[in-house]
Amino acid sequence: MTLTGSGDTEPQTTLTEDYRKREESITLSSSPAGTGETHELLTLNIGPHHPSTHGVLRLLATLEGEVVRDIKPIVGYVHTGIEKTAEDKAYWKVIPVVERMDYLGYYFNAMAFCGAVETLLGLEVPLRAQYLRVIHLELNRIASHLVWLGTSALDIGAISMFWYCFRERELILDLFEMSSGQRMHTRYFQVGGVMEDIPRGFEEKLRQFLKIMPPRADQYADLFEKNQILLERLRGTGIVDRQTLIELNVTGPLLRAAGDPWDLRKAHPYSSYDKFDFKIPVGTVGDNYDRFRVRHAEIYQSVKIIEQAIDGLPEGEHITPDRKVALPPRHELATSMEALIHHFKLVTEGFRVPPGEAYYPIEGPRGELGCFVRSDGSAKPARVHMRDPSFVNLQALAPMVKDSYIADLIATLAMLDPILGGIDR
Amino acid sequence: MPDATELELTAQELRDADSESVLDTEFYRGRAVLVANPTKIRAVLEHLRGKGYTFLASLHGVDYYPDEPRLGVLYEMLDRTRVDRIAVKARVSTDHARIESVVDMFPGANFPEREVYDMFGVVFDGHPDMRRILMPEDYEGHPQRRDFPVGGEPVLFTYNEEQSYGKYV
Amino acid sequence: MEIKREPLTDLRVRQLKARDMLRGNLPDEDLERYVEERVLTTTVDRAVAWAQGNSLYPLTFGLACCAMEQIHIVAARVDIARFGFEAFRASPRQADLIILSGRVSIKMAPVIRRIWDQMLEPKWAISMGACCSSMGVFNNYALVPADKFMPIAVHVPGCPPRPEALMHGILKLRDKIQGNAPDGWRERYDADGTEEVLPNGDAQASADISIFKAGDTAGA
Repeated sequence: MTLTGSGDTEPQTTLTEDYRKREESITLSSSPAGTGETHELLTLNIGPHHPSTHGVLRLLATLEGEVVRDIKPIVGYVHTGIEKTAEDKAYWKVIPVVERMDYLGYYFNAMAFCGAVETLLGLEVPLRAQYLRVIHLELNRIASHLVWLGTSALDIGAISMFWYCFRERELILDLFEMSSGQRMHTRYFQVGGVMEDIPRGFEEKLRQFLKIMPPRADQYADLFEKNQILLERLRGTGIVDRQTLIELNVTGPLLRAAGDPWDLRKAHPYSSYDKFDFKIPVGTVGDNYDRFRVRHAEIYQSVKIIEQAIDGLPEGEHITPDRKVALPPRHELATSMEALIHHFKLVTEGFRVPPGEAYYPIEGPRGELGCFVRSDGSAKPARVHMRDPSFVNLQALAPMVKDSYIADLIATLAMLDPILGGIDR
Repeated sequence: MPDATELELTAQELRDADSESVLDTEFYRGRAVLVANPTKIRAVLEHLRGKGYTFLASLHGVDYYPDEPRLGVLYEMLDRTRVDRIAVKARVSTDHARIESVVDMFPGANFPEREVYDMFGVVFDGHPDMRRILMPEDYEGHPQRRDFPVGGEPVLFTYNEEQSYGKYV
Repeated sequence: MEIKREPLTDLRVRQLKARDMLRGNLPDEDLERYVEERVLTTTVDRAVAWAQGNSLYPLTFGLACCAMEQIHIVAARVDIARFGFEAFRASPRQADLIILSGRVSIKMAPVIRRIWDQMLEPKWAISMGACCSSMGVFNNYALVPADKFMPIAVHVPGCPPRPEALMHGILKLRDKIQGNAPDGWRERYDADGTEEVLPNGDAQASADISIFKAGDTAGA
């Protein structure tokens, strides 16, 4: 299918012909069906509405009997034009838009964007704000892993894990509601720090949560460690070696399960992660069981980080004192004229960012989440692009499920942890 | 991040190999960008891969409207052993929006290149499956370009209440 | 001597109204309203509607962020099983409630319509969240409000709505099914007569003084 270079697509073959041609790229295993001992390839469409596709992911599976020979993911069913909408809004107002991209790691999206804008502005984030950011990021990581654990167990059939995981997630969402007023998509991270300091009672509640979370995580381990069905479904399935994963630019727990200790929190620390002492769980074989274990172990490490952060939470401001970027506190508005003017300018127009480009990568629960911001000197960004980890990790699905059963496909898809909001943006 | 001198040295190496490959270098807030010639992009990336930047962290497009050439394709390269990032920018114009695909060098560029094609209209020569990925297959237009309207539904007030889509039966 | 009367209960009010109707004592408007309120005229209809309302089978359908809060109503804190709706069916042929939880993109809209068509009557749809009810946070080329292609019974606002809010919406739908359609806010707050109805011919005058023209949707 040749394409003209002017940007308009004029397919010279129909979609059916084109599709048949692409089907031919898969080698047929043997002679045509009907002879009794041979099989023909069947193309099966899984999704976009399917209970176990973790969102609206559509998979075109080419099957030979029950064995998957090829898989082609088709995405775009929840494409929201977030990047286009973000170009239309002031920097402050982009934060809620961008938060809704990877909808399980909303603090991470906001962190990547705020980090990129802070790089462009050359802004220094106060230490207390960095620690608060780390607390909320790690809580969000635990919450994301809990949803993954609950829904994956649901897919595999261990249904009761779902209720236990969501019981803990409710506690985390209560903490978020305490600090920012919203359970999800909290707009807590602002450019230059966080929106508000944590209220009284947050610390006690957080410590209570940290005390009960490791035993609860042990309970989850008890549920699956000796479960023969779970072990058989996950052990030895979906193996891809480390080199293939690196070539496919896969990051996050998938890469760590294959034995590669690449974690941006350790490799290129941001937001004072270098002040905390934590380990990175790394797998050995790279099968589904390793991925399962790595994510489960990350919950303990996140608890450890939060403990250190709340113990060592420094005094200070929760947002940068630069009034040209951050809103002044309300009590100042009554006394200071400059504060009033800054408030007015920030709310109506927003702050201006000097022209430039920045790419800010962070370690999200699924891998490297990067935000590219290009500014042209005005109050609205000229381009916001989120490099979503699930989008790139999805390319690894095809080698993972090749020549395995459909049941393994479902388990592998669950272990891949795709978030369609991030894939489609 | 490579500092400014290292960036210049890298650019000089590339220029020694092929005098037209690097058009410019930019260094802003600790981020090194090589502005490469889009026709020589594979050689540039191959050279960088030889230098250790083996991981393509991100491939995305930018529309530099109204500066020409308008469409830019950015390759964020990452060196995992030294934890070093460098970006390569290749700008093409809308009249001739073609660039060579790097899928055989970096298989992880498959979906991102499709996304750049979908959103900006830059055709990647040599890509095995150059189709739209996020928009419907038969969609016309490339949404992320700056001259594409944001679109959306009109906000309903009393005077345009008849346009309300709530009248579906 | 004052006769102390108990405040009239709901049931008593309805009994008195029924008595007036049977005697032919209800004034015209009240009579019309009486009949309208009782769309399900027979007891069998009411019984069937009561059963349908109490045994909704939702469809497992999650699109985006709202799906996370939808999952929370199945979890233990806001337990949808209290009301009997925990039987989420995967097949649209077996479900009668579709909760559109999340943003509907233009690629997904025909798929949802197809699923809606596959569902058997009686069926209801709840549009959860701001993105499918109106355009939500994103007013752009990629989204479609759900009202444009399928009839929605209840819209639940929020971004994302709390699980309690979604539960409230589902219970409102249950009331609607069972014939006790919730009163509009105007009746609740005694605000009859505040509807903005322009006299004919004045729509143009109103449009002229408005500084926001139709289609002016540039985000702030």
